[in-house]
Amino acid sequence: MEGLKRTPLYDEHKNLGARLVDFAGYEMPVQYSGIKTEHEAVRTRAGLFDVSHMGEAVFRGPEAEAAVQRLVTRDVGRLEVGQAGYSAVCYEDGGTVDDVIVYRREDDFLVVVNASNREKDLAHFRENTEDLDVEVADESDEWALLALQGPEAAKLLQDLTDTELSDLKPFRFAWGEIGGAEAIISRTGYTGEDGFEIYLPGGDAPQVWRTLIEAGATPAGLGARDTLRLEAGMCLYGNELDAETTPLEAGISFAVHLDKEQEFIGQAALKEEKEKGLRKKLVGFEMEGRGIARHDHQVTVNDEMVGHVTSGTKSPTLDRAIGLALVDSGVEDRFDVVIRDNPVPAKAVPLPFYKRDRG
Amino acid sequence: MNVPDDLKYTKSHEWVRTEGDTATIGITDHAQDELGDIVFVELPEEGATFDAGESFGSVESVKAVSDLYTPLGGEVVEVNSALEDAPEKINEDPYGEGWIVKLRTSEEAELLSPEEYEKVVEEES
Repeated sequence: MEGLKRTPLYDEHKNLGARLVDFAGYEMPVQYSGIKTEHEAVRTRAGLFDVSHMGEAVFRGPEAEAAVQRLVTRDVGRLEVGQAGYSAVCYEDGGTVDDVIVYRREDDFLVVVNASNREKDLAHFRENTEDLDVEVADESDEWALLALQGPEAAKLLQDLTDTELSDLKPFRFAWGEIGGAEAIISRTGYTGEDGFEIYLPGGDAPQVWRTLIEAGATPAGLGARDTLRLEAGMCLYGNELDAETTPLEAGISFAVHLDKEQEFIGQAALKEEKEKGLRKKLVGFEMEGRGIARHDHQVTVNDEMVGHVTSGTKSPTLDRAIGLALVDSGVEDRFDVVIRDNPVPAKAVPLPFYKRDRG
Repeated sequence: MNVPDDLKYTKSHEWVRTEGDTATIGITDHAQDELGDIVFVELPEEGATFDAGESFGSVESVKAVSDLYTPLGGEVVEVNSALEDAPEKINEDPYGEGWIVKLRTSEEAELLSPEEYEKVVEEES
């Protein structure tokens, strides 16, 4: 595939016989052994993803915190050093620029962005902080990112690092050594399972990747990553979130601190939206009739269009057709999804579709 | 890649087995492999009629939907309803238990020989 970027793990994917596709300008593995098998490995044991295509923006300087506060919807002043937070980035009108993870490090902030939004985000970050004493560095090409996810992830990783993983609570991170490589080990993920995201220099990535696979992790591709995150009810930018959808509508108000003292871009619009009431809402649903809902299928009630499916699949864990839809806020629990011109009944269900047993 | 000698093929990766005026249609081993885990099959109604080149249903894998096309016009005399509960049969046995539909047809279609189909696949990859 010409003109596509490759992650430092490209040769590993080739050797494992991965099926590679263009994703956000990168040649990425969509599957190795098969989406269902990989999905199940993550739900029951441990899976390993290459997500090095994700973008890393680092905010440095005396006003780094002020810059990040202005850009993201979460109050990052409440984050301790070593703590990370999921957040949205909004336009003035409340529409979503991206959803990101903000890491508060000792001397700076690391903001991890979606690969498909990297250039847009960096431009947005810089344009809106020109008056502040902050440097916004794009370090995306320097970092590889591995996601080790699943109920056995902690046990597997603990054998390879001296960092005490039981001290690392969800959304906490620490520098550590894995197989001789220095890495940021973060207890975060995008699968609904316990697990870690491991940031390390690109040159060290192949060796750590191989070590984790030898220790028993199953390589998993973007296909399984998508079915896993959908079962966990997590948003994907471009599906549930976009410039026309606010984080409140997309159901991630837990990442929006409307009462934040230092104003963030979009705060006024989101406050007004909350006061006036949302125009649309994100709902989880299951198909009742035969068929699988897919991204962009219409949602109707009595043949009237009331929204659209943002993501849909056959859930490997539940063995049912599930999906997320953005619908008018007045829509109740029953609606139809139009699949190939046929309205097929669906019913709203609570999110997430899948929640791990925390023992 | 498994391309049985006794079948005919289409450029859109269906196989056809003709016995008298009945044509059995399925998708090829190559097609199921490209799609990955098949999780849903949309079958036509028995008695429905289709023209040559028309879509008569679809197969869906976890990630993708793929339309099915009949190279021959005719009437659906039987559908493999076992696929409704076990669509993975198409992955496991694409030329056997994974057959999709049987048409009654009087048409003679221009179908690909196994050798010609193998070339189509090679050119695509």
